[in-house]
Amino acid sequence: MNTESYWSIFINASLVNNFVLAYFLGICPFLGVSGKMETATKMGGAVTFVMLISSICAYGIHALLVAIDAPFLQLISYIVVIASTVQLVEMFIKKMSPTLFRALGIFLPLITTNCAILGLALFQTNKAYSFSQSLVYSLGAGIGFTLALILMAGIREQLEFAEVPDVVKGTALTLLVAGILSLTFMGFSGLGT
Amino acid sequence: MTILIALLALGGLTMVLALMLIIANKKLYVYEDPRIDVVEGMLPHANCGACGYPGCRPFAEALVKGEMPPAKCSVSSEEGQKEIAQFLGVDAGSEEKKVARLACAGGNNVAINRARYEGISSCRAEALVSGGGKGCSWGCLSHGDCEKVCDFDAITMNAFGLPVVDEAKCTACGDCVEVCPKDLFSIHPVSHRLWVACKSLEAGDGVLEECEVGCTACGKCAMDAPSLITMINNLPVVDYSKKHQTQAPIQRCPTGAIVWLEENGEVIKGAEAKKIIRKGKLKMGES
Repeated sequence: MNTESYWSIFINASLVNNFVLAYFLGICPFLGVSGKMETATKMGGAVTFVMLISSICAYGIHALLVAIDAPFLQLISYIVVIASTVQLVEMFIKKMSPTLFRALGIFLPLITTNCAILGLALFQTNKAYSFSQSLVYSLGAGIGFTLALILMAGIREQLEFAEVPDVVKGTALTLLVAGILSLTFMGFSGLGT
Repeated sequence: MTILIALLALGGLTMVLALMLIIANKKLYVYEDPRIDVVEGMLPHANCGACGYPGCRPFAEALVKGEMPPAKCSVSSEEGQKEIAQFLGVDAGSEEKKVARLACAGGNNVAINRARYEGISSCRAEALVSGGGKGCSWGCLSHGDCEKVCDFDAITMNAFGLPVVDEAKCTACGDCVEVCPKDLFSIHPVSHRLWVACKSLEAGDGVLEECEVGCTACGKCAMDAPSLITMINNLPVVDYSKKHQTQAPIQRCPTGAIVWLEENGEVIKGAEAKKIIRKGKLKMGES
């Protein structure tokens, strides 16, 4: 049993051990959809949502696997369960709230098999978080991801107007910015564990 | 034994999940008219918004519901519109071709720059710096924001830094209308042949000091065609609701600010319009 306080879990997940900028998980959406603030915000929302769901799933599945004494199936069953649950939720949203479905749109299925989602599920099991701790952890991770995405989108929108040398135009520049952003987030490392 | 547990556990798990998804697929099925997909496939996928809908799919939905005639899509060809009309069993409707037109003729050979602008190469950015460096506050700033925003390559900047619209390529989507900080573009049916290529609200010599082809608000065109043209805010305003087949109003224009646009893209100026023979760029502040 882990006795870490909720506040500490939240700060750790969102800032100190930011999934994107400290663990380097979920880099593809980070580089892919950070061009515009609007899509970045939506993607952040979708990721937070999927993280919450997968956290709940992972907690349940872990309990089940421990009960049948097969924890080595953890990885593969996490993938299957998270993917199908998100699929289910997507269908549910499509039926119940077309507006929300249109807002999340393509992002929901895109994020399902992302490494950040699986990473979250594995981390929370390794850290032996309780159910409520897991929820706070996934919420913090999701908000941290959104924050990184929004920061990146803001910088990239400003860069549109900058005169950039030809050699670093495009992806090269994005990677440079991502590196510097990651470097600044390393400054939080004194805060947590 | 361990293998058996693994097989059973994972097999059972996937079975449960599959069953869950199958049930959900049946229970939570959302009916969508299959014709929407087909019609969307027939549309040009330009997602330009010229039809007034956010993209091709909402337009396809409107087509299937019968809210819009297929001809409202100005990007698809006539055959394409007919195909959609046949598929849906409706009338294709007819829509006159519209194009974007520029209300400025002040290229850098006739209009003066009073200040040099150094910064981001964008009309919007220059316009923020007290309206830009051009002498005429209403004129084109020549950075080509419209050229960049045009999805159909219909706009090219000519040698004098003015955008030229290729009427064949223009789909009247209105992107250039929106992007121009000086509001120089507007969408007009091609049959509107009489065109005032100036937006200057100044009158008299004040205009000529900044631009040789500006409208001086002399009012001769309005006098020659009183029912068609009225002077409002020092600019002639053509009443396009009336038929205009004659080139008479442009004949006495001293600067050639009001022009007749031929179908082949030729711009005809009046007989009394001052001839512009200068080919080079005007120097800063020179008139």
